Amino acid sequence: MRSEILSILESDAKVSVQDIAMSLNIDEALVIDEIAKMEAEKIICGYATLIDWDKTAHEVTTALIEVKVTPQRGEGFDKIARRIYNYDEVSSIYLMSGGFDFTVIINGRSMKEVARFVSEKLAPLEHVQSTATHFVLKKYKDFGIVMESRNKAERIPVMC
Amino acid sequence: MLMRELSKIVTGIEPSGIRKFFDIVMEMKDAVSLGVGEPDFDTPWPIREEGIYSLERGRTFYTSNAGLAELRAEIAKYISRLIGVDYAPEEEVIVTVGGSEGIDLAVRTLMNPGDEMIIPQPSFVCYEPVCRLAGGQPVIIDLKEGDDFKLRPEQVERAITDKTKVLLLTFPNNPTGSIMTREELLPIAELCIKHDLYVISDEIYAELTYGGKHVSIAALPGMRERTVVINGFSKAFAMTGWRLGFVCAPSFMAEHMYKVHQFGIMCAPTNAQYAAVVALRDCMRDVEKMVREYNRRRLYLINRLRRMGIDCFEPFGAFYVFPSIRRFGLISEEFATRLLMEQKVAVVPGTAFGRCGEGYLRISYAYSLADLKEALDRMEAFVKGL
Repeated sequence: MRSEILSILESDAKVSVQDIAMSLNIDEALVIDEIAKMEAEKIICGYATLIDWDKTAHEVTTALIEVKVTPQRGEGFDKIARRIYNYDEVSSIYLMSGGFDFTVIINGRSMKEVARFVSEKLAPLEHVQSTATHFVLKKYKDFGIVMESRNKAERIPVMC
Repeated sequence: MLMRELSKIVTGIEPSGIRKFFDIVMEMKDAVSLGVGEPDFDTPWPIREEGIYSLERGRTFYTSNAGLAELRAEIAKYISRLIGVDYAPEEEVIVTVGGSEGIDLAVRTLMNPGDEMIIPQPSFVCYEPVCRLAGGQPVIIDLKEGDDFKLRPEQVERAITDKTKVLLLTFPNNPTGSIMTREELLPIAELCIKHDLYVISDEIYAELTYGGKHVSIAALPGMRERTVVINGFSKAFAMTGWRLGFVCAPSFMAEHMYKVHQFGIMCAPTNAQYAAVVALRDCMRDVEKMVREYNRRRLYLINRLRRMGIDCFEPFGAFYVFPSIRRFGLISEEFATRLLMEQKVAVVPGTAFGRCGEGYLRISYAYSLADLKEALDRMEAFVKGL
């Protein structure tokens, strides 16, 4: 049942408890209870809104930064990751396999702001060996959702 | 003006009784519709992509009449997995232009003028006219809500005469969503054997069952040899506009159906056939995902209807519910027309699927949860005002 609730919420966090209960044919109280438990267990880590800032007056510049670090004895990568994710500018950080260690995704107001963050905050961090910054030019799809609006083909409204 | 009369058979076919209602729906631009009979999902991308590639590669020619060998082989494997019956791809599978062509092929191949064909209703609109076009005589059985709209052997037995040739089965059913289990099919299969009847089994919704796997009558003892199984890509793979279906039948029937297809159609669309190979090879996960989504909507819809005091038998197949509106004292078409006029919600009156559909509505849940919610809020407001 948990996975059913999660798969509904994953694609639409705004679905009401009542609608989830009816779609799964279970009690509303049970849905409320399970969601609260999953929030407490950090299975559900939060609810955010996917916004295409390009369609607003608000300027947002996103960059993906490849970071190489020296892992710490006893702490591995986690301690360094914590040092990085505590900055508000960091929207995502993933530990990677392959040629570098972390993918860090930064949102800033301008290229300059992002560049300053990298050169003043991220690169000088202890144990960070190197960074490579890639700016995002256009977002097409994020979190499984296509961001550009395309007209969907219409179905004939009644058909036997 | 030519004075010679047109075909008696064709002119004798009655136009759909609810065409007037459909015309009003088509005119109304801002209606919320729960009236469609096709998936709301886009065809899964790998299938569409194969269609595009196939055009780029210049595959714009006819295929062999019965369809691509590659596709027929995939269909045979698929049907074996789905219903547990094996068909020889070269001799017992024909790729058709939708399930609809399959129905026509089967009826024309099995019926002689004057033969009777038993058609349970409510059901899809084409069986009766297709039977008449073949010169056959339709014999209608009214399915009952009290039986969960399942076909009962007593009903079949009562309908059988010495002219009965074919029994038509259509489960999971459009419009009721009813399904038949193996135990429920067994006595019907026995009757078919006893009275030496053929069966045309339209299983286009076979993938869309909730809580139990679809059972085909062709899988029951002694039935493969007298059954034509009709299926296709429209509902399961959300491919309605591609127009692709298939029939599976023992070779002594398929060899003659092949002629009707060859001379009437040539072959099914080449592009769609290549795309369908990918559907069967790579897209079963997509089907599962869609079924899971339909199931949620189904439960949502039933719960909402029951909460607003509308009786609704629980359907376990297809993507329709068929609630009773008897207690409101309106006939189906009146209810549907007023719902459309007053709340701009379009549903299909049960009478579109046979006279015994009176007192019912077909509501499709091939819509997003948000659309369903909006339509049901409006319907609730309408019902409160009755």
